[in-house]
Amino acid sequence: MAGLWVGAASLISAGRRGQRSPHQLMRSAALWTLKHVSHCSRQHLIVSRNLCSAGYDSNEKTFDKILVANRGEIACRVIKTCKKMGIKTVAIHSDVDASSVHVKMADEAVCVGPAPTSKSYLNMDAIMEAIKKTRAQAVHPGYGFLSENKEFAKCLDADEAVRIAREIGYPVMIKASAGGGGKGMRIAWDDEETRDGFRFSSQEAASSFGDDRLLIEKFIDNPRHIEIQVLGDKHGNALWLNERECSIQRRNQKVVEEAPSIFLDSETRRAMGEQAVALAKAVQYSSAGTVEFLVDSKKNFYFLEMNTRLQVEHPVTECITGLDLVQEMIRVAKGYPLRHKQADIPINGWAVECRVYAEDPYKSFGLPSIGRLSQYQEPIHLPGVRVDSGIQPGSDISIYYDPMISKLITYGSDRTEALKRMEDALDNYVIRGVTHNIALLREVIINSRFIKGDINTKFLSDVYPDGFKGHKLTEDERSQLLAMAASLFVASQLRAQHFQGHENSRVPIVKPQVANWELSIKLNDEVHAVVASNSGPAFSVEVDGSKLNVTSTWNLASPLLSVNVDGTQRTIQCLSREAGGSMSIQFLGTVYKVHVLTKLAAELSEFMLEKVVEDTSSILRSPMPGMVVALSVKPGDMVKSVHCKAGDTVGEGDLLVELQ
Amino acid sequence: MAVAMRVAAAGARLGVVVSGLRVAVRSLCSQPVSINERIENKRRAALLGGGQRRIEAQHKRGKLTARERISLLLDPGSFVESDMFVEHRCSDFGMAADKNKFPGDSVVTGRGRINGRLVYVFSQDFTVFGGSLSGAHAQKVCKIMDQAMTVGAPVIGLNDSGGARIQEGVESLAGYADIFLDTSYLFITGPDVVKSVTNEDVTQEELGGAKTHTTMSGVAHRAFENDIDALCNLREFFNYLPLSSQDPAPIRECHDPSDRLVPELDTIVPLESTKAYNMVDIIHSVVDEREFFEIMPNYAKNIIVGFARMNGRTVGIVGNQPKVASGCLDINSSVKGARFVRFCDAFNIPLITFVDVPGFLPGTAQEYGGIIRHGAKLLYAFAEATVPKVTVITRKAYGGAYDVMSSKHLCGDSNYAWPTAEIAVMGAKGAMEIIFKGHENVDAAQAEYINKFANPFPAAVRGFVDDIIQPSSTRVRICRDLDVLASKKVQRPWRKHANIPL
Repeated sequence: MAGLWVGAASLISAGRRGQRSPHQLMRSAALWTLKHVSHCSRQHLIVSRNLCSAGYDSNEKTFDKILVANRGEIACRVIKTCKKMGIKTVAIHSDVDASSVHVKMADEAVCVGPAPTSKSYLNMDAIMEAIKKTRAQAVHPGYGFLSENKEFAKCLDADEAVRIAREIGYPVMIKASAGGGGKGMRIAWDDEETRDGFRFSSQEAASSFGDDRLLIEKFIDNPRHIEIQVLGDKHGNALWLNERECSIQRRNQKVVEEAPSIFLDSETRRAMGEQAVALAKAVQYSSAGTVEFLVDSKKNFYFLEMNTRLQVEHPVTECITGLDLVQEMIRVAKGYPLRHKQADIPINGWAVECRVYAEDPYKSFGLPSIGRLSQYQEPIHLPGVRVDSGIQPGSDISIYYDPMISKLITYGSDRTEALKRMEDALDNYVIRGVTHNIALLREVIINSRFIKGDINTKFLSDVYPDGFKGHKLTEDERSQLLAMAASLFVASQLRAQHFQGHENSRVPIVKPQVANWELSIKLNDEVHAVVASNSGPAFSVEVDGSKLNVTSTWNLASPLLSVNVDGTQRTIQCLSREAGGSMSIQFLGTVYKVHVLTKLAAELSEFMLEKVVEDTSSILRSPMPGMVVALSVKPGDMVKSVHCKAGDTVGEGDLLVELQ
Repeated sequence: MAVAMRVAAAGARLGVVVSGLRVAVRSLCSQPVSINERIENKRRAALLGGGQRRIEAQHKRGKLTARERISLLLDPGSFVESDMFVEHRCSDFGMAADKNKFPGDSVVTGRGRINGRLVYVFSQDFTVFGGSLSGAHAQKVCKIMDQAMTVGAPVIGLNDSGGARIQEGVESLAGYADIFLDTSYLFITGPDVVKSVTNEDVTQEELGGAKTHTTMSGVAHRAFENDIDALCNLREFFNYLPLSSQDPAPIRECHDPSDRLVPELDTIVPLESTKAYNMVDIIHSVVDEREFFEIMPNYAKNIIVGFARMNGRTVGIVGNQPKVASGCLDINSSVKGARFVRFCDAFNIPLITFVDVPGFLPGTAQEYGGIIRHGAKLLYAFAEATVPKVTVITRKAYGGAYDVMSSKHLCGDSNYAWPTAEIAVMGAKGAMEIIFKGHENVDAAQAEYINKFANPFPAAVRGFVDDIIQPSSTRVRICRDLDVLASKKVQRPWRKHANIPL
């Protein structure tokens, strides 16, 4: 069901299948599913910037109209390929998404309900109605939502879960069958954890996906997660389109993906690819699908599951193979045979994908954040960059949907070039109004272990055992940051003296003549003495005794500032600049707060009283925006007062409970 | 007074050291040595104000001295002091004693520059008799005010004073009257007097702290973290203002293109008309470099007022805030808005008004409090303003409140509506309750009402708005209009003064 549905009837019939015993289900969920969807296919799409130049044959008639049963970037992605293929598109949307990008891109749009996904994007009746009304000939579900097979799992209780887990052998992973994205996933090492995991995962799955059914599978400790993209048609052909390395994960959700994998040799690659194709052929799978493996350090690989849908990270495969997966999905759904032979599938260069999320990486590697994108600018002006997104300046990131902002993909002739381009792309990405995870992404891709390819699914917790703390500046980098902050401060001070027509002003202006700006800059509670002087846009800055030359346009309105510091080109973003001297500067991905004062002001600031810091030992604030699900205390039992109730929507930092 | 003695001695010692170094210079001077020394000593004493001990006490309270404040406020080296030698003239209660005389008395006055622009300044010195107002103090302040008046430059007062100097009695009160308008008090009567008159127990902070005056009373326009933050912000604020009412609003160098489109505004107004959004987001997106100097941000938050720039030129922004009380106008917001509009008009600062107002706030508290009277102030202020007036209706513009918010009827120069604008007597639901009270098919009627009135057309066909504009084009439209309106001139018949409904 998770492929591209051809015709409305198959959508309905697909929805009624699936009474299998949990036992079989756990062992072979993907296989089982596929047997019942042999007439369904899968599609994916590509994107922009000629990275993927899959051709389109206008004589090859496929469909007149496809309904895209999804939202956000993947809906946009699918619509783009449909447009390229001359296929009309129908978007579905919830009421809050009425003016979102995918709705604007589609030829038609149908509102299928209010914001909660269970009432809109998972609302089968409304979507069926939309299909009928718009006479769409096929449905592309994208990933998530309807693409997830809801039929193959059956209700089970905790005892059954324990029985199955024992049979498989601990450790096991319990995950939502409808899910993805790390939601509703738990790892269990024993019976008790299985029971707990079962309870939490089904709750989470029910609230996130409207479906509390679970899968239990073998969990391999410290593995790499490597998956093979496959593509099958209805004529018994299937191809493997190389692998994707998806080991960088947090809470079992992928964060950074790449293709190919630095770990696989061509022999292992072929072995995995051939197994994946054999599997696809065995179930007569005819669409784009993904066969996931766990690979241990000795390059032993274990089949994990088959995803019968387009994967989030499909663009990296498209970049290195040149195929448009969505286009191929649509073609084979119509019954055309594959256009490629296995020998035609290349590995051209290297591609990396970063999932840019609206979340705070300093909390558990990423707790969701919400807000409105007050400013938004994708780095698509750079070479080798592809951005798959479904948002625009002004879009809302709400609590209702996945907080993914975009998928940022860079492509180069080799891994080094792809990663360097990723650094630049992350530096040039302007996202304001919501907290984002660019700091974490940038740290991952410059981490020496990552660069060496020494990664596994525990990478983040291994590298950051105490949690992510942002980029750690080297001494040189710190000097550069201070020099840029000083220059920016002086540039804005000088600009404040530039008035139009002041020559004619009634009372003449007498500009202060300051040859050397003696400043004091506070960074991370350390105070640095800085002296800056300028000649036009060129600054000479002395930081803690060493001299740096800093040049830029010093455009104070631009969200991006390209600065040359002693020959090194840096792109920084000044997020805020206050009259009192506080500045927030994004440098090397991380946002640094600096406080720039003149030397005199800094001396006098010694007399200012310290602001009293809030005592947080007796209060509980919400760590993230969300909904209060349950409240187990009331005033009197250990707590003084309660400031929320079940069902409330709360913002980050809102006071929840005061302890006694 | 031992304190003063010790400091005087310290001052003398310093004087000696310096004079020792200047022997050669002195020998060439025609002045008698003793005079030079006396000048030097007086200057040094003046620089120390009430003395080192009191300076330290001031620092301990987290406050800077009068001179430190001036040094941060003005461009470095630009301060020219006057009346450093003035002393108080009181002789009662032992005030005539030398130890009770401080050169310069309890205020530092002079002129200087902020970003090169001329300003006069007085800074009360709390270390001298608690900054209290003596006759001499008042005279010094009045002197620079008179000078500022003659050259057409502004005066900044940095107040830090306990009040009138009680020892001086009536003379200091006369001084009060002279400068009354330019000082802001934390309170008229302190907690002790309040207790004895009304028997209320109140702390100094509760009665007249920054929080009280920025959130409840509306006496203070902004509160800052500390002295340094306040003075840095004061420099920033000063740059928005002309030197006098005779000068045009200043135009600062601008890096933000005036033809910048603002796509994020096309989706900012929610589809449901009851849903709130933040008007400050719109203001930030439209103005230069997202810089908005908000005035009274924590008082009557249902209206937003503050300064910004459009293509470098200072503008005053007035906006309803849908996030607070749905953006209704009430007594406090009307008065806040009116005061701001008149300030802008007085200083030639064009007004940009963003309208999303469902009406005046109903209720007995408002009616008994005289909302009609106070609402009229805002109406009057907009009507009387002759500066360029550009108005953008983002959503609701209902009833009398619509008229008040710089509407065409108050001679707005450019009045625009976004496609989401609803210019009507009231919202559809309220209208239904009145027109179709008790009728059955209210839903159909409501739909008809929405179709007819809940859109910009009724106003546009009558010319009450000049155009319906795409939100993303708001910035470029305003910038172009302001360019044209720069030469706007309105002649009003002479009158002694206008009669705003106070």
